[in-house]
Amino acid sequence: MDLSLIFSQIINGLQTGSVYALVALGYSMVYGIILLLNFAHGDIIMVGAYTAFYAIASFHLHPLASVLLAVLVSTALGVAIEKVAYTPLRSAPRLSLLITAIGISFLLENGAQLLFGADTKSMDTIVTGNAALLGANVSYAALLTIAVSVVAMLALTFLVQKTKLGKAMRAVSEDMGAAQLMGISLNRTISFTFAVGSALAGIGSILYLCAYPQASPTMGSMLGLKAFVAAVLGGIGSIPGAMIGGFVIGLLEAMVSAAGLSVWKDGAVFAILIVVLLVKPTGILGRQITEKV
Amino acid sequence: MKEKKPIRIPMPLRYGINLALILALWGTFAALIGQGAITNYWSGILIMVGINIILAVSLNIATGYLGQLPLGHAGFMAVGAYAGGIFLKSTPVADLLKAGNEAACLPYVIGALVLSAVVAGIFGLIIGIPALRLRGDYLAIITLGFGEIIRVALTNIDSLLGFKFTYGAAGLKRIPKFSGFHLVFICVVLSCTLIHMIMKSRHGRAILSIRENEIAAESVGINTTYYKTMAFVVSAMLAGIAGCLYAGYLGSLYPATFKFMKSIEILVMVVLGGMGSMLGSILSAAALTILPELLRSVADYRMVAYSLALVLMMIFRPKGLLGSYDFSMSRVLEKGINGLRGVNTGKGGGAQ
Repeated sequence: MDLSLIFSQIINGLQTGSVYALVALGYSMVYGIILLLNFAHGDIIMVGAYTAFYAIASFHLHPLASVLLAVLVSTALGVAIEKVAYTPLRSAPRLSLLITAIGISFLLENGAQLLFGADTKSMDTIVTGNAALLGANVSYAALLTIAVSVVAMLALTFLVQKTKLGKAMRAVSEDMGAAQLMGISLNRTISFTFAVGSALAGIGSILYLCAYPQASPTMGSMLGLKAFVAAVLGGIGSIPGAMIGGFVIGLLEAMVSAAGLSVWKDGAVFAILIVVLLVKPTGILGRQITEKV
Repeated sequence: MKEKKPIRIPMPLRYGINLALILALWGTFAALIGQGAITNYWSGILIMVGINIILAVSLNIATGYLGQLPLGHAGFMAVGAYAGGIFLKSTPVADLLKAGNEAACLPYVIGALVLSAVVAGIFGLIIGIPALRLRGDYLAIITLGFGEIIRVALTNIDSLLGFKFTYGAAGLKRIPKFSGFHLVFICVVLSCTLIHMIMKSRHGRAILSIRENEIAAESVGINTTYYKTMAFVVSAMLAGIAGCLYAGYLGSLYPATFKFMKSIEILVMVVLGGMGSMLGSILSAAALTILPELLRSVADYRMVAYSLALVLMMIFRPKGLLGSYDFSMSRVLEKGINGLRGVNTGKGGGAQ
């Protein structure tokens, strides 16, 4: 295999990895704050993709306006899910919360199937063109995807580390009760976390459409699961961890496909998950959590 | 007036009452099928009900009694189905069935069921040992991962092996259709009895104590790893038997049947009926199998209704329809007798 081919495979891997990373950030933030594996997160991407699809294909909106609309709809949906389904269960056992999340996920998937049909909707690519880079043909979409995800990660790090809301988020994830005693509004902070996570999912859906210009009702489930694997691999609750995890998963998929084993791709990702959970359950950058009686 | 002691039905008699109830149920169904009151179509549905009951009660061990949330139950079912299917294809059962010699099939069928249970149990052990080191969401996601790997492997293993084994996405076809009503009924009864007996023994109490508080259970000397793995393996074995019956009912198997969606369907049955209630699992498995057949015209809305029911149930009645209530004929009789004698049992006929 010559060098330019390897390079273009790496870029491919980084492109998919960036999408995983953005989605993983959302998983990681929500998990960090209410310890919920938000199964519906992947399906928010699906809704975002359908929004962009209909905005461009049916209503002929400007691509930029469509992108904004998709992000807005995703954000609103994420907050709505939190308010309707998760808030009433805040003091319920974790198992109930998890089952609710699975229920919401399936509700979105099957609802979308009823509304939009089970078939895959294809659309024109949003970003076209190629650039020659190190002798390889690299699409602008890939470069844009990688750039957007890196910028999103930096912005998120700033938000969490430097702003007041970010401080509130960190406090709530550390100790919910103590944070409430310090005058932090739990409801507002948790809703804000869902809003940020879902907005990232919205951006992720657009970047996904740049790579694979099609929408289907079940597109979110596998994407979401792999993003969760990325979040676990990087260390749940860690922003750079989610990023690293996303890139690793993306590169792994590209390598498995390049080796001609693309049918085993999903299996390989879950195998990574199993290895990580057994060897280092806290992930690459995760903190050790000791269990209290 | 002298205080009378409440009557308790002695244990052997209790078993007798249960046996009589089961035989009565079996007799009723057998008579209805024999007379043609239950058509072929409906006896097929009855078989599916039985298979789903085994799936639901087996998942209930891990979810209801052990308090974990495995999401790969369809994977164990798939392993059992393929193990049984491939085994039976290599035996002369198909010819024997064609010749109408059903009695001669029995050893092979029993062999297939045992093989399915053993293979699924081995998978349960392989998956359970690492998975059960984790809890809650991590356990859910790792079992989901294993379930998906099983499906991917069933689809693609032929190209690795170099010969036809599972026939990939094209499907394993021409499996002898050996699953009849009586076989499924016996399997359902045996599964439920096995689970009941485990749960009433010290092993069952150990499993329940892990659900209530794992650290406390460990600190009173219960080997939590052993009991968690045991519950998981029993759950997988029964799912394997259900898979084998499924293979023998449909006659063909496709890996796509055993998607994540199938695991969720089984989970919905357990959650709706009430986690930890065998009667709840049985009733909701039956209802959720029969209702879609009655509501063919709105089949598109089935999965939407399932998922909505799941969410609403968690918000408004997280214990499920029956909670942890389980029916006991003996308890009803005791209450009736003591009520007539005017003795307060002092228990109020509570659950368990």
